[in-house]
Amino acid sequence: MAKKRLRLTVNGVLIDREVEESLRLLDVLRDELFLTGTKEGCGIGECGACTVILDGKAVNSCMVLALSADGGVVETVEGLGSPDRLHPLQASFLDHHALQCGFCTPGMLMSAKALLDEDPRPSEEEIKKAIAGNLCRCTGYVQIVEAIKDAARRRSPSEV
Amino acid sequence: MTAPDTHRIDALEKVTGQAKFAGDLRLPGQIAGKVLRCQQAHARIRSVDIFTAIKAPGVLSVLLADDLPAASAWSTYPFLTKERVLYQGDVVALVAAESEPAAEAALAAIRVEYELLPAVLSIEEALREDTIVLHPGRKDNWVDNSHWPVRKGNVEEGFACSEIVLEREYQTSHVEHAYIEPEAVLATTGWDGSLIVYGATQNPFNARRAVAAATGYSLGRVRVIQQPVGGSFGGKEESMGLLAGRAAILCLKTGRPVRMVYGREESIIESAKRHPFRFRYKAGARRDGRIMALQAELVDEGGAYNFQAQFMNWRACVHAAGVYRIPHVKVDVYAVHTNRVFGGAMRGYSSPQIIFAQESLMDELAGELGMSPLELRRVNFLHEGDETITGQVLTEPVNAEKVTLRALELSDYLRKKVAYAEQDPDDQVRRGIGFATSFRGCGLGAEAPDATGAIVSVREDGSIIVCSSLTDIGQGLQTAHARLAGEELGVCPERIVSKTVDTGIVPDGGMTVASRGTFSGGKPVVMAAAQIKKILFALAAKKLNSAPEDLNAAEDWIFVRQDPERRVSFDEIVTAAFRNGCQLSVTGWFQPEPVAWDRSTGQGDAFSSYAYTCVVAEVEIDRITGVAAVKRLVSVHDVGRVVHAGAAEGQVYGGMAMGLGMALMEEISFNKGLITNDNFDKYMIPTAADMPEAYLEFIPSDGNSGAGGAKSLGEAALEAVPAAIANALAAASYRIRSLPAFKEEFWANLGEDQKGLVRTCSNSNL
Ligand code: FES
Ligand code: FES
Repeated sequence: MAKKRLRLTVNGVLIDREVEESLRLLDVLRDELFLTGTKEGCGIGECGACTVILDGKAVNSCMVLALSADGGVVETVEGLGSPDRLHPLQASFLDHHALQCGFCTPGMLMSAKALLDEDPRPSEEEIKKAIAGNLCRCTGYVQIVEAIKDAARRRSPSEV
Repeated sequence: MTAPDTHRIDALEKVTGQAKFAGDLRLPGQIAGKVLRCQQAHARIRSVDIFTAIKAPGVLSVLLADDLPAASAWSTYPFLTKERVLYQGDVVALVAAESEPAAEAALAAIRVEYELLPAVLSIEEALREDTIVLHPGRKDNWVDNSHWPVRKGNVEEGFACSEIVLEREYQTSHVEHAYIEPEAVLATTGWDGSLIVYGATQNPFNARRAVAAATGYSLGRVRVIQQPVGGSFGGKEESMGLLAGRAAILCLKTGRPVRMVYGREESIIESAKRHPFRFRYKAGARRDGRIMALQAELVDEGGAYNFQAQFMNWRACVHAAGVYRIPHVKVDVYAVHTNRVFGGAMRGYSSPQIIFAQESLMDELAGELGMSPLELRRVNFLHEGDETITGQVLTEPVNAEKVTLRALELSDYLRKKVAYAEQDPDDQVRRGIGFATSFRGCGLGAEAPDATGAIVSVREDGSIIVCSSLTDIGQGLQTAHARLAGEELGVCPERIVSKTVDTGIVPDGGMTVASRGTFSGGKPVVMAAAQIKKILFALAAKKLNSAPEDLNAAEDWIFVRQDPERRVSFDEIVTAAFRNGCQLSVTGWFQPEPVAWDRSTGQGDAFSSYAYTCVVAEVEIDRITGVAAVKRLVSVHDVGRVVHAGAAEGQVYGGMAMGLGMALMEEISFNKGLITNDNFDKYMIPTAADMPEAYLEFIPSDGNSGAGGAKSLGEAALEAVPAAIANALAAASYRIRSLPAFKEEFWANLGEDQKGLVRTCSNSNL
């Protein structure tokens, strides 16, 4: 097994280290950087629990070889906001009770963030489409969609 | 009395990615544990060769069945199988290695020789006269203790005085829990020679029992600590015990912390499924709609091992006839073994299957009688003072009719039904609207003592910790308990925190099942809080020159009821109590009255309280594109009092999604007993794009036996959904008698004129 140099900016911090060629971005985040907020639910790109934002786009980090992301900018749930400075999406998820077990939540939040970064005022259909790759077995998605709508409103109230 | 919703107690950690699930834990020196699965439906193990595997780099231990103190857990399910493989998920060897890849390489190096045996692969095959009997010492494939009869009146007489008799058969399939978090544990040893297992477990006390059985340790030397559970729905029960037991063995063998985490494929292959049922119903009615007799045979597939059918089928027999008054009833429920994955508890515990069959039957019977589905139900609904099929006289409010009428009103059912009936048969889109009504016995009832406990502790600064014996598995139990404790003590819920279950701390309060978490689990919380309140009131009374019984508490103040200005803050009294050495930590324990049940006749008071539900579904079938879609679901519930509206609504929406999946798209498929859809690319569950418009309402209801007036919801939220969708499809002229609706048999059974009308199971309209 060969190691190669990987440079990534993760949640604003520059990472520069040798990693196994076979590692997925998900493995580097969870096992090397201990950013365990990003979850693994299927390992084949179907559940979205491992969603992070790579260079502005939501990706399934289980489907990305870490080295292929070399030089990239990664955002994970840990970089989204902190308990005392929540991202509007996080605050809105709290207010709308948009989570139950919480296992899908980090991926759901990152898909939603990528959407809002690109389109601050998405329609309900666009929201559903943006999170259609994020499986949630608990909530039935209703409160999640409400929370994302509300977060959009909070982020750009002027456009209401 | 319900205060505005506070945030869920566990939400902040979850939205910030800080909640540590079992698979997120790391300990210095931890190693990876893995299992070798047989991947055979039925076989004899001729030999196992671990010679190469044990020498592979990084491998620390390879264990076979003989290396274990005990081969199986409390049930017949083995930690490691020795001679005979009974299903694909059976495990032949355990491996511990320095890393996951090293463990995997070792698994690949183990050679097992099998002698293949003929397999039993369906309920029909299990019941055949000339079938192979799977479990030694048995005369047939019936699952031990799984037969539960109900005998009421005399069905022969009932059919004799019926003017119409209808017989129908219905079926359901294996459904996967599909919790998004696969099973995970981390096992280590404590400084005192105990074993500590952190796990994604719904029932830590079961896991503790399993670890003790696997290792030979006493229960006192095993501590299971529940981590946040990433969904369970009944799924992370016994199989988590098996995983915990295996990890514990490897931990003791190697002296290192052992982490075992399943991938999705392993999770689906090993874990329990919703029991498939075959229903044979025969109903007799008078022309005016009165149902005189019901005979039913309910057979469920228990799979390879005996996991739940012996308990679940009791619930099944109680609910087999639905929420109707029927004088003559004969019900037999039993399960059979096969060589497929075993059935286990899954949200509803038989009810979604039964309600699908029995509410389909009601609609079909209405059709035969020339009555509307509503008319037939109104003639037969149970009301207060009526007797259920188990001979129980219902004394609490019975709201089956009330929730039904309200759901129909909210969904504009009557008008739509007429409008859809008048659709032009040549229209591209065919619409249908249908409903199902159900009741659900709350908690364990006569199945087992519904006893449980909780520890409530007030700290010297006024903060409060609630530790229940029951688990929060995402349903929001900690939030509900905090609300109940806060109300009793008259404090704001923000000061309350909660801990996940640690078997080293809280008493064994049984399993978190049967939607009993709030209904029963809330009781010891309230009892403990009440005792602390009494202690605090005694102190406050002195301070306020009043009598304790004249005091009240609300919003962090203790005050004289008649003169609220005379008050003292909760914090001040707590500090005083602490300094005075008062007891500020209390273990509450709820023990219900014993319930009498006659096993041979199925007669007795099954449950103290029942929840009532009606779901209305609207469907559209596009005859050109072939897409069938659920457009709208309306769900109305009597769950007693709603403790936390946001969490309760989340249960209902989640139940809708799960019910929609079961109705339309979800089915574990097999090839010769081996699962062919073991990940989410082939096993589809509803996505956000599949969700219909969703409406819900909780009707006001009191006068029940639940904690703070709250009945059960988690399972009630799901159980009537598949039935409602099936009845809506029937109204659109596609009567489904087998779930999921769009399985292959459906195509085979379609009339020539209907073929090609419905081609996909997608509910998506995006
Ligand atoms: S773990 Fe990456 S999509 Fe499921
Ligand atoms: S909250 Fe449990 S999977 Fe989404």
